[in-house]
Amino acid sequence: MRHGKYPLLAAFLLPPLALYGYFVVSPYAQSFLIAMTNWQGLSPAYEFVGFDNFKRIMGDEYVWNALLNNLWLLVLLPLLTIALGLFLATMLNVGGRGGRSTVTGVRGSALYKVIYFAPQMLSVSIVGVLWAEVYNPRSGLLNSALRAVGLDGLAKVWLGDPAYAFWAVLAVMVWANVGFYVVLFGAAMQSVPRDIYEAAALDGASRLTTLVRITVPLLWDTIQVAWVYLAILALDGFALIHVMTRGGPNFSTDVVGLRLYTEAFGDYKWGYASAIGVVMFFVTLSVTVLSLRLTRRERIEHS
Amino acid sequence: MAQSDLNRRTVLRRAAAAGVLAGPAAGLLSSCALGDDTSGDTSGKFEGTKSDKNPLGVKEDAPLDVVIFNGGFGEDYAKAHEAMYKETYPKAEVKHSAVVEINKELQPRFVDGTPPDFVNNSGAGQIDLGGLVAQGALADLTPLLDAPSLDVAGKKVRDTLLPGTVDSGSFDGKTYVLNYAYTVYGIWYSDKLFKAKGWEYAKTWDEHIALCKKIKAAGIAPWTYQGKHPRYMSWPVISTAIKFGGPQVAMAIDNLEPNAWTSDAMKAAAEAWYQIVKDKYILEGSPGLDHKQSQTEWCKGNAAFISCGSWLESEQKAVTPEGFNMAVAPTPSLGSGDKLPFAAIRGTAGEPFVVPAKAKNERGGMELMRHMLSMKGAKDFTGKVSSLSVVAGAADGVTLPFGLTSAVKALADSGSNGFNWVYNVYYRKLERELVDAACGEFFSGRTTPAEFLAACQKGADLIAADTSFKKYKRSA
Repeated sequence: MRHGKYPLLAAFLLPPLALYGYFVVSPYAQSFLIAMTNWQGLSPAYEFVGFDNFKRIMGDEYVWNALLNNLWLLVLLPLLTIALGLFLATMLNVGGRGGRSTVTGVRGSALYKVIYFAPQMLSVSIVGVLWAEVYNPRSGLLNSALRAVGLDGLAKVWLGDPAYAFWAVLAVMVWANVGFYVVLFGAAMQSVPRDIYEAAALDGASRLTTLVRITVPLLWDTIQVAWVYLAILALDGFALIHVMTRGGPNFSTDVVGLRLYTEAFGDYKWGYASAIGVVMFFVTLSVTVLSLRLTRRERIEHS
Repeated sequence: MAQSDLNRRTVLRRAAAAGVLAGPAAGLLSSCALGDDTSGDTSGKFEGTKSDKNPLGVKEDAPLDVVIFNGGFGEDYAKAHEAMYKETYPKAEVKHSAVVEINKELQPRFVDGTPPDFVNNSGAGQIDLGGLVAQGALADLTPLLDAPSLDVAGKKVRDTLLPGTVDSGSFDGKTYVLNYAYTVYGIWYSDKLFKAKGWEYAKTWDEHIALCKKIKAAGIAPWTYQGKHPRYMSWPVISTAIKFGGPQVAMAIDNLEPNAWTSDAMKAAAEAWYQIVKDKYILEGSPGLDHKQSQTEWCKGNAAFISCGSWLESEQKAVTPEGFNMAVAPTPSLGSGDKLPFAAIRGTAGEPFVVPAKAKNERGGMELMRHMLSMKGAKDFTGKVSSLSVVAGAADGVTLPFGLTSAVKALADSGSNGFNWVYNVYYRKLERELVDAACGEFFSGRTTPAEFLAACQKGADLIAADTSFKKYKRSA
């Protein structure tokens, strides 16, 4: 019996592994090799240049600038998205203070759920185009609204001003992603026993106390996953920025993904672009491992 | 015994593991994304016999693979040219495809050695021409240029083209690119608006500033620009400098000469243009608009001037009010000391067409170009897309819209004083990224003229020092 098990397991495991190997691992491996060449992507000709591309990256201020923006995103995007997601999920699921003692969300929470989740159903490019119009300094929704209520002084050039463009893009990223985490945290909250919340409510705990003392510790696993997902997202950010600003003005919203794309599809330096990709691969890998390590805590069993 | 057994097993296991890793790795470079050097060698091209009617020796029944950029010009003009080709070679099958992102569609085919026979390499997804040339991916178009014109009797194709056309597609003296549309770059305004207000386009910079003052007083912003693509504003600045200092200003920039961007002429031009920033003559919010949004503000009459090429009229067709009458004019002269007269304007051939070096039907690709460059083909193009072609005199007798008529007139007035630069073709990155960013800062008022030019020069120096860019030189 014991021997019969392996062929069966292999029959199930090998085909997907082979597909994964061919379509995912092999391109990755190839990009490591391409990163060592000066391939320009329009002819089969190339030369091995060893680590030259990586040496160039070290001295490329535009890559460093892009990486710095990615790092800012890495700190801010998970922080803002998770904080906002937790707050909204709490309000939708346990934030209500109905007459009876049951634990519910605020009134109309079903509708809010739909509204928060809606951006998740739009493709990134649609989100980008939409917000590029919202940020239009002359006829966009944002400035028009600000002017309508007399806040003309707050109306900015948004995507045209290096002082605001990054923040404007970050806001869109949070907006586009928070809905998913509201649903994710909401689902996790459903598995928290109601009586814990009820007990907290009976003890007179405020909403904030409930959130910090009960929800966050009990949802820690989910938050950890969210953190890793958002970190990976923050290290990418390419699609949205490509649509909204193309890295401008004056490289203030440039990210490494966009640098890579421009080196490859703009200047046809595929060897160099692959080297940037390889660097990014290791950065993303380290960040993921690091954040899983740092957020590791004792698991709380509740049942 | 046990020890050696263990050793053997370990060795075997390691060998197996190494084999798993090394096997694919060894095969990767030769078989996968990087392509294969042996494919697509020059043999196996379609070749027919040359004759007076078939000067390029096209094989009459060879299929022709055509890829057109489906952008501002659409694809109908190309279909008309293909129909002409079909008329000449009824047995040939023409495969037409129109795509938006040329690079994504064609890059794998270039690497694979199976490119199409004819490519309209244009649009945002244009494959970098300097890169294509540097990698030997394009066919030398000399046979086409030396072939007789299809319907201009007694002239070679080369001699039917507007001046500068061949040069604009030449790299280190060899012509690889046929730029088909002739573009005039200048400052655009609404003739209707100016007539209604009694304004006249200013010929000198001081008059221009005075006019801006008047325009602003009338409640209209004198200027706007394609904010998120600020490089559009580098064109009038460089034009002003060339008119002030002569064509060698452009030559120095193209050849990446040290301090080309900080020459006296560039300094004078940047100082002058800084005036419209300082005096707040630029429509508020312009830096945050993209090219469509800003051009639409201009069409709505919210701004008086905008810098653009002569594609502007067709690009804005949908939103231009009836009777707006857009017109183009040269940049104002800085003063009486200018080397070139006021009428001198930047004109150049654009919209690149190429025949890949590895095209199976290379001769057919060039023959299609010969059909495009016939008087009939060029007239048809101008009529269909409202753009000038590079064929001299092909616009005569075609009814042109207002803006294009003004462009034709500006070109005629400019005559032999016309100028151009090509650093943007040689080094895409320099214009599209580095000068672009510098212009954005300058025209938003965040940098001074000196800082602006220093930023441009820094970009040029970066390219000059970067050995991974093939360098091109021009001497005329």
